[in-house]
This record gives sequence, structure tokens and C-alpha cells, in this order.
Amino acid sequence: MTAAIVILIAAASLAAGLAIGYWLPPHGRRPAREQPTTVRRILLPFTGQAISRRSFEAAIRLAKAENATIMPAYLARVPRNLPLDAPLPAQSAAAMPLLEMIEQRASSQGITVDSRVARGRTYRDALRRLLDQEQFDRVIVSATDSPRAGLSSEDLRWLLQSVPAEILILRPAPDDTRRISANGLQGHF
Amino acid sequence: MSQPSRGHLRVFLGMAAGVGKTFRMLIEGHAEQEAGRDVVIGLLESHGRADTAKLAEGLSFIPRRHVSYRETSLEEMDLPAILTRAPELCLIDELAHTNSPGAEHEKRYEDVEDVLAAGIDVLSTLNVQHLESLNDQVAELSGIRVRETIPDAVLGRAEEIVLVDLPPEALLDRLRAGKVYRPDRIDAALNNFFRIENLSALREIALRQVAQEVGHKRLTTIEPVGSREETIAADAPQAVGERLLALIEPYPGAQRLIRRAWRSSHRLGAKLDLLWVQRPGRALTDEQERSLTALRQLASVLGARLLVEESDNVAETIADVARRQRSTYVVMGRSRPARGIARLRTPLPQRLMELLPGVDVRIVADRSHRPATDQP
Repeated sequence: MTAAIVILIAAASLAAGLAIGYWLPPHGRRPAREQPTTVRRILLPFTGQAISRRSFEAAIRLAKAENATIMPAYLARVPRNLPLDAPLPAQSAAAMPLLEMIEQRASSQGITVDSRVARGRTYRDALRRLLDQEQFDRVIVSATDSPRAGLSSEDLRWLLQSVPAEILILRPAPDDTRRISANGLQGHF
Repeated sequence: MSQPSRGHLRVFLGMAAGVGKTFRMLIEGHAEQEAGRDVVIGLLESHGRADTAKLAEGLSFIPRRHVSYRETSLEEMDLPAILTRAPELCLIDELAHTNSPGAEHEKRYEDVEDVLAAGIDVLSTLNVQHLESLNDQVAELSGIRVRETIPDAVLGRAEEIVLVDLPPEALLDRLRAGKVYRPDRIDAALNNFFRIENLSALREIALRQVAQEVGHKRLTTIEPVGSREETIAADAPQAVGERLLALIEPYPGAQRLIRRAWRSSHRLGAKLDLLWVQRPGRALTDEQERSLTALRQLASVLGARLLVEESDNVAETIADVARRQRSTYVVMGRSRPARGIARLRTPLPQRLMELLPGVDVRIVADRSHRPATDQP
């Protein structure tokens, strides 16, 4: 009788164990519940078909140190003759592979990426619209010595004066021409 | 009396004014005349170019007619005179031209349709930016919105499309030498439309367009093999336009899924729809709200349509939308591992394959599961 009870208990325990095992995710451990921690967000706005490698590396370093999410944002300039919400196929063709490239590089270093696309009549207008919609802890931009590429010195001044986030402006380094472009994209995209 | 068979249309397509479309059309007209055909110039826009006017010598002209509109006399192509004259081949420049009010048709390509319907062959010219489907793209690239457009189907109906190509640098040289516009218009042209980056982009578009048309014609002129049913079945995928439906949720990884889907749709020349099936009665978190706004922004830049449907039955809803949108591909991300009783359910990709026979289901890999690579 006692043996039967022991066997019964053992069988019940085994069944319960199997059921719990089946219930749990495949890796055998119930994932930790998401903690309501504040994730720091680092905005990395860019224009054109490449971004400065210095600003990308700075963003990666900070994201690692602060366990933050990098948010690369492509700033699209909508020509005045088009409605503000018009599709932008040509700029998309340049921006999407670059966003993919940034995500590949950042992900390979264990950094979380959450990309954005912002549009406006000018790069500043696009950035302003994005900053109106969302809050960021830091904004990393690289200053440029070319008046036609990216954000101008006026734009940077505006950024410093009006955006309630830490702004990191990387000074132009004429010798450092290293850029990240979509050329090194791995795999088919 | 038997109806004349439709004439053949040959279009000389170029990236911009000045590449030599009209010139090429006239050379072909002379060649046809020398071969013994009855050739007439129905309309020529020489834009004051002496070389073009000189080349037109030796070909018969049908003079323009005057069309009156609000006490103004305007010159237009004389369509009735062309139809009465009934040549074997008619040269009609600038297919995308908009006629003056008072003419038979609003657009010149409609006049050309009448000429073709009368059994007359037509040679015509067109710049790629006038094609309706490329209008947005060209406007974005050049900053100039072209008002005179023609439906792509007009070009699609042409029996032959001849690309008249010129390297952008050579075209700029022609422009500077005064061979395209009058001297007083050269500076304005160089500063606006005729910039090297514009011309390079337009050239790429023109080359791609011709390649696409050639590919389309190759597919639609394949000799039928086998029974009629087999031929129809084989032709079906070509007859149906591709359309992608990407399944998304408002979370950061969806951005990548959309980029992949957009890239595929771009390669296929297909439209892209994005679908999020939202569970009813569940409020969005702040993070999800932000993600959704970002997805809307991305969709609008890419020209994709974002659809949001509320339902508890995800698979059925996706299938309904796919049928409604006539989607030929469903693109989705890797599902989260099922837990609990959900493990007993058929996975979503399989459900979709059952519900949507004939629709391809593609699962985009999750980058976070890819082994890290050492990148320079």
C-alpha cells in the first residue's frame, strides 16, 4: 500500500515536472519580468548617404557605458514643390541601406537600435519635428566644414539653444574622412 | 469596309531635352522614306535648333492649324489633316504635350491614339520625367514638378521603345554650346534642371525604365506552349502585379522588417502595405505609441500604406486583408516562442499558408539571433 502511494506520488511529481517544463519557454527559464527602468535614448541624426564614423563610434561608446538605445534618425528634406507627406523614393533608396548598416554594426556590438525617419522642408525642420514628437537624453551630431553637407553651424546653434537634451557636437576633423556608408552592408538587404 | 489594323508606335525616350530624340526620329523618318514609305511630319518642335530644322528638310510637313480659344489663336497639330492625308508613317514630336482648349483631345498622346487607330504608324518622342509613375521620383530628385504627364500604359502599348542616351557631361557640353536652348536660357537651365546630379539620376531612371519595358515585352511575347489552360496558368504570375503585405507590430524591430519588405517591393516593382493587427481593448503603452508614430513616418517616406485592424483572430484578419489588397507576398518577422497552451496552436506562418494558397510567406530573420561578426 505504502509502495503504491510512493509510486503514485512519484508519478504525480513526474507529471507535474513535465507539465511545468512544457509550460516554460524552450530555454527552460521563465524570462525575467521587464523592470520599469528608464532606458536612455541617444539620438544620432544624419543626412546624405554616409555618417561620420567618429560620431557613430561616440554613440556606441556612450550607449555601452549607459546601457542606452541608439536612435539613428535619417533627416529627409522634402522639396518645396511637394506636399510634406509625399513619398520620397530617391532619399529612401539612400537612407534605408544606411540605416540597415548602422543597425548591423550596432547590433553586432550588443547595442539596441531603434531607428527613425524624420522629414521637413530643411534638415533643421526635420530634426525639430522629431524632437517635438519624442524626447531624447542625448543628441550626437558631427559638425561639418562643408556648408552643403548636413546640419549647418546655424542649425547646431539652434540645437544647443532650444533642445532640452545633452548635445554632443563633434568638431570636424579634416584628416579623419572615415565614414560609414551602405557599401559594407552584409548579406542581402 | 474592313477596319484598318492599328499602326505601330515607336517612342524615342530620353532623360532630358537635348539628348537628341527629335534628331533621331528625323533620321529614322528619312530612312523609312528612302525605303519607299510615305512619310509625313505631323508635328515637329525644333525649339529653334538650326540642326534639327535642317534635318527636317526633305520630309513632307502637315502645317499646324490655328485653334481659337478666348479670342487667342494658338497653333496645334492638325489631327484631321493627318487623318485625311493618311500617310504610312507620321512623325509626331513630344508625346506628352497638352493641347490647347478647343482641340479634339486634351493630350497629344490621345491624338496619337487616333492616328494609330487609323492604321498609320507613328514615331514620337518622350522625356522620362513625363511618365506618370515616375513623376514623384523626378520631382523629388530635381525639385521640379512636371505638369505634362502621360499614363505609363501609353508607353506600355508602344511596339518599340528606343532609348536615346547621352552621358550627362556631354549633354551639359551641348547645353553650354547653345545647342539645346537659346543663350539667354542657358544659365537658368544650368542652375536648375540641368545639374549633373539631376541628369545622372534621370539617366539611371530612363535606363531602368527601358530595361523594365524590354523585360515586360519579353515576358508577354513568349510563344505559347502546351494547352490553352497551361499557357494561361504560366502567364498568370506575369499578368498579376506583385503586392507585398508586411506584418508589423509597434516595436523597434519592425523598422527593420519594413526596410526589408520595402527593399523587396522595390526590386519587384510592387506596392507595399503594412498591417498591424491590434488586439481589441488593449491600450498602447507610451513606448508603443512612439513606435507606431515612427512606423507611420517611415511608411509615408517609403510610400507604403499602413493599415491597422482590430481583431482577436490574427490569422483570419491577415488573410482577409491580403485578399482585399490582392497581396502576392506576406512578409513577417520571426514569431516569439509560444508559451503555455499557445504551443498547441498551429504557428502563424503555417496558418497563413493554409488560408492563403498561392501567396508566398516570407519570414525575415531576427538580427539579434545572428552571430556577431567582426566588422572593421
